[in-house]
Amino acid sequence: MLDSFKKAWRLLRRLSGDDAYERYLAYYAAKQVSTDAHAPHPLLTKAEFFKQWQDEKWTGIKRCC
Amino acid sequence: MNRFLKIIPWLLIALLGAFALSAIALNRGENISALWFITAALCVYALAYRFYAAWLAASVLVVDESRATPAERLDNGRDFVPTHKWVVFGHHFAAIAGPGPLVGPTLAAQFGYLPGTLWIILGAVIGGCVQDMVILFLSTRRNARSLGQMARDELGPLGGSAALIGTFTIMIILIAVLGLVVVNAMKHSPWATFTVSATIPIAMIVGVYMRYLRPGQVLEASLIGVVLLLLSVAGGRFIDADETLRIVFDREGLTLAWWVMAYGFAAAILPVWLLLAPRDYLSTYMKAGTITLLAVAIIMLQPSIKMPAITPFIDGTGPIFGGKLFPFVFITIACGAISGFHALIASGTTPKLLSNERDIRMIGYGGMLLESFVAIMAMIAATVLEPGVFFAINSGAGVVGADAASAVAKITSWGYPVTVEQMQLLAKQMGEETLFARTGGAPSLAVGMASIFGNAFGESLLALWYHFAIMFEAIFILTTLDAGTRVGRFMLQDMLGNIWPKMGQTSWTPSVILTSALVVSGWGYFLYIGVIDPNGGVNILWPLFGIANQMLAAIALCVATGILIKSGKQKYAWVTALPLTWLIIITSTAAYQKISSTDISIGFFAAANDLSDKLSAGSLSLEKAKIAPQLIFNLQFDAWLTMFFISLLWLIVFDMLRVVIRTLNGQPVLPLTESPHSPSRLVEDWIRD
Repeated sequence: MLDSFKKAWRLLRRLSGDDAYERYLAYYAAKQVSTDAHAPHPLLTKAEFFKQWQDEKWTGIKRCC
Repeated sequence: MNRFLKIIPWLLIALLGAFALSAIALNRGENISALWFITAALCVYALAYRFYAAWLAASVLVVDESRATPAERLDNGRDFVPTHKWVVFGHHFAAIAGPGPLVGPTLAAQFGYLPGTLWIILGAVIGGCVQDMVILFLSTRRNARSLGQMARDELGPLGGSAALIGTFTIMIILIAVLGLVVVNAMKHSPWATFTVSATIPIAMIVGVYMRYLRPGQVLEASLIGVVLLLLSVAGGRFIDADETLRIVFDREGLTLAWWVMAYGFAAAILPVWLLLAPRDYLSTYMKAGTITLLAVAIIMLQPSIKMPAITPFIDGTGPIFGGKLFPFVFITIACGAISGFHALIASGTTPKLLSNERDIRMIGYGGMLLESFVAIMAMIAATVLEPGVFFAINSGAGVVGADAASAVAKITSWGYPVTVEQMQLLAKQMGEETLFARTGGAPSLAVGMASIFGNAFGESLLALWYHFAIMFEAIFILTTLDAGTRVGRFMLQDMLGNIWPKMGQTSWTPSVILTSALVVSGWGYFLYIGVIDPNGGVNILWPLFGIANQMLAAIALCVATGILIKSGKQKYAWVTALPLTWLIIITSTAAYQKISSTDISIGFFAAANDLSDKLSAGSLSLEKAKIAPQLIFNLQFDAWLTMFFISLLWLIVFDMLRVVIRTLNGQPVLPLTESPHSPSRLVEDWIRD
């Protein structure tokens, strides 16, 4: 029961983008390992990341009839 | 034996579905439970998904689980991100399902419940779902390219430009008609106007919260927004009761139309984080919540359908929009059965998230099935009303007369009894002054939803439910309106950038203001005419939107059919060619009738000539004579616009046929642009899910 609540909560966070920064951190860490020292971008703060994420999300056709 | 056991449940589903379908098709004269609609739809969806969609995936498209998707190959942690299928499904569905599947079925209910219901169910499984799934697949195989790019790469420059122009014009018409729906819902309703206006500052509060107060705390901010929205619905009652405050929000349609245009302009130039993005969050939650609630209420309550299966208006004399059952039911219900606009989401946007090709069936085909189901619920909400009430709400004053007594007399004479008292009582219950001639579909849908919710969750709250439903519709109509205006702005900037590069800089202020103003005046023009039109405007704009949307679907299916044949899959090309042929038939017939019919409720030129004859004969009232020249110009303009749409459609059909014939004759055509196979390295239970 508790497990399915946790699952639903994770899905909700994922769908809404609530966990986007956490996923970015994980992605950054993974890339850091694979590409060694020459990471092209410095790590963004949560506020900086969110700005970029939101602006990118809203270019192009995102809503329909 | 095992195989046999597996097939038994599907046989039962088929039997149940056939039984439910025949129950709704053969029922005459008696009230029928809405549960039959739900059962019929779900059984057909289940069968289509299990067999047709599976066959499409395996045999026609040949999806390859081992092939890396663009999301995997081009993963950049931002827009290209391999994502769990349920999350992609959620994003995809939130993007495709807007107000269209709610409005279309409501209007089409004038033909009775049957034609619309059958078209929604069958159109989706054979047409709409196939289009969405095939386009999603083709775009996934082409690095998530957009429909316009695929049309240019695979058919040629003509196809590409047609797709671009089609998208732009459809957007203008769509926004205008949606704006009109909101205006008609707010007209002289202080409660609704207050609630809808309140959504703007609420979105801004949420926007500032997410961006500056607690950056990235999306759910927290949304929760605050949802609570504020619900408070604004309840608060509207106090505005309505307050003598001085209600005057502020008690407005004519035209004033509201100017407000909506000012809003659209502001939304197109304001930064997305302030208005667009937070409003979208709120509307998505509202949409998901309300639709789930509606489904639960319908299943709990099993309301009976009061509308007959078929009304006499199939002969083309309907009060909501003119035109016979064929082709107009297929034009009126675009979203929910087949919607060309989806091809823009299924290409470009969704493929960037797809982690494996095997999810294409669920997201492309399944997402559209869910939208079709939403349309079925809208049909139920419209047809649970007494038909007399339904027609009283949805018929324009120009059709049934401006005063209540003549309207009810006329509607009763059609065989759908309704009384002035009944309408007054209903208006009072819903907390409105009047419900007569509230065209556009939103008010009647809200009355239907309020009565379903009221029955399921308490009668005393009818007025609250009504305004909740209005807010729910308005909030995502306005989301489509500002997102659409913004997209229109970008497209226009892009086009003008070809002539004067500086205009193409999306952040150059003069360009932003100029292009936003152009886009807003484009849809603002249609909105303005729609509001001053005594017949309600929706009767003209909605068919125009339907034709444009089906035209876009035809463009998408042309691209799909062309690519299937170029890939050597001639024997399977019918899966897209069949719905394409149907779309060509219905859009061409509808366009032909809209242009050349001598019936003034259908033909644009006929209506224009009739009006100008009356004007020169001096038989119009002073008020009507004043607006007649504008209406005449608009009718002629709409006729030319229809002609433009249909020429565009045939142009691309011939372009597709040219490519097909050359391919079949072994002559050279543009090469396929499918990206080469590269093996997927994502494992089954992948860590980032």
